[in-house]
Amino acid sequence: MSSRLSLLQAFVFLLRRDLLLAFRNRAEYAMPLLFFVLVITLFPLALGALPELLARIAPGIIWVAALLAAMLSLDSIFRSDFDDGSLEQILLSAHPVAILVLAKVSAHWLVTGLPLLIVAPLLAEMLGMPGQAQATLLLTILIGTPILSMVGAIGVALTVGLRKGGIILSLLVLPLYVPVLIFAASAIENAAMGFEVSAQIYMLLAFLLLSVSLSPWATAAALRMSAS
Amino acid sequence: MFLWFHKLGSPPHFYRIAGKWIPWLTGIFLVLLVAGLYGGLIEAPPDYQQGESYRIIFVHVPSAWMSLFIYVVMAICGIVIIVWRMKLAEVVLISSAPIGASFTFLALVTGSLWGKPMWGTYWVWDARLTSELILLFLYLGVIGLHNAIEDKRVAARAVAILALVGVVNIPIIHYSVEWWHSLHQGPTVTKFDKPSIHWSMLLPLLLMALAFQVYYVLALFHKCRVELLQRERNSKWVEEL
Repeated sequence: MSSRLSLLQAFVFLLRRDLLLAFRNRAEYAMPLLFFVLVITLFPLALGALPELLARIAPGIIWVAALLAAMLSLDSIFRSDFDDGSLEQILLSAHPVAILVLAKVSAHWLVTGLPLLIVAPLLAEMLGMPGQAQATLLLTILIGTPILSMVGAIGVALTVGLRKGGIILSLLVLPLYVPVLIFAASAIENAAMGFEVSAQIYMLLAFLLLSVSLSPWATAAALRMSAS
Repeated sequence: MFLWFHKLGSPPHFYRIAGKWIPWLTGIFLVLLVAGLYGGLIEAPPDYQQGESYRIIFVHVPSAWMSLFIYVVMAICGIVIIVWRMKLAEVVLISSAPIGASFTFLALVTGSLWGKPMWGTYWVWDARLTSELILLFLYLGVIGLHNAIEDKRVAARAVAILALVGVVNIPIIHYSVEWWHSLHQGPTVTKFDKPSIHWSMLLPLLLMALAFQVYYVLALFHKCRVELLQRERNSKWVEEL
């Protein structure tokens, strides 16, 4: 690491490092995905397996489960780096911390958010979601889950130094997830009824841009606080 | 100007000033409260649609206003903390959070008490009720985070960041919920058709709003003084008291 890396090289380096770490710990990263499937399985058992009921509430269930799964996996963004001290190295590096944070969060999204794309259609089918809604479901997951990672990163950065950060984390992060939940679920619902969904998609895209541009700064500030 | 600002920021000075102000503020608060309640509960005529039960707005509306106002105060303190590391701002932020949470809770409770005779149910998923509830969660998050971090100076910085993140999100959450509500609008009628409010109702409302505002400052001063004593218990000026 003695050679000077450019900002882009540092970004790619960190991204690759995190992806490699995730790949070596495959089992750990599969847990949130499993949790996602499990939570969705519980709903038909609790509510009864009426096909029209399930189809009606499928968008909500899938998104609530995605929210919870994202929240469970959040801790892994900074936890191990905090424990082994590499977080401090990142904070001390010559590059802007916000950009490096962006790399870490992107890696996190690639290993936790993206796999939902693969499982979601399967679950949508099991819940009897109409075919025309499934494309919208995938689109909302594609746009929505990075927002969850971005916003969640702020919460993790604030609580990573705490021994019992988990419950506090959910209290901090879940209220901030509300807009994503509203627009994603209503987009799918509209699509299922055959209505236009571009308004909701544009709103989600706006949230995505906002969170990508603002949240790394807040996360960086929170990390400096936690590491001090 | 800067000297004044600097002086106000020093804990012993603030402690003394706040102590002097408290009796005055108590007096002003009581006068405003009595005037507002008298105007609202006795002078103001009953509403021709809602009868007597509308009178709860004299408590409900000011506390809803305060719940938002206090969050903004906290966010401003957050900026001051991050930029200038001012101790007093930390104390104000931390002390504001429980007061704000109480006002939010009060707004929710009075709102649902009003809802029972008007809508026939204590709770509807009305846009304003829902976003007020989320606001309560945001307040509780601030309090919880502050309690969880042991070093209070670090905790203040964490809470400052959280308050700023929250203040960016509050409008987004509010409008999302409103939008969600207009999609899911049930049969209940939730909005007043804004008739221009008569001054005999408006005046007590404003008086009550002012009273709540003064009460906030009063409660804040009390809490700040306690918090300052706790934080600075090893310093010289506290021992001299």
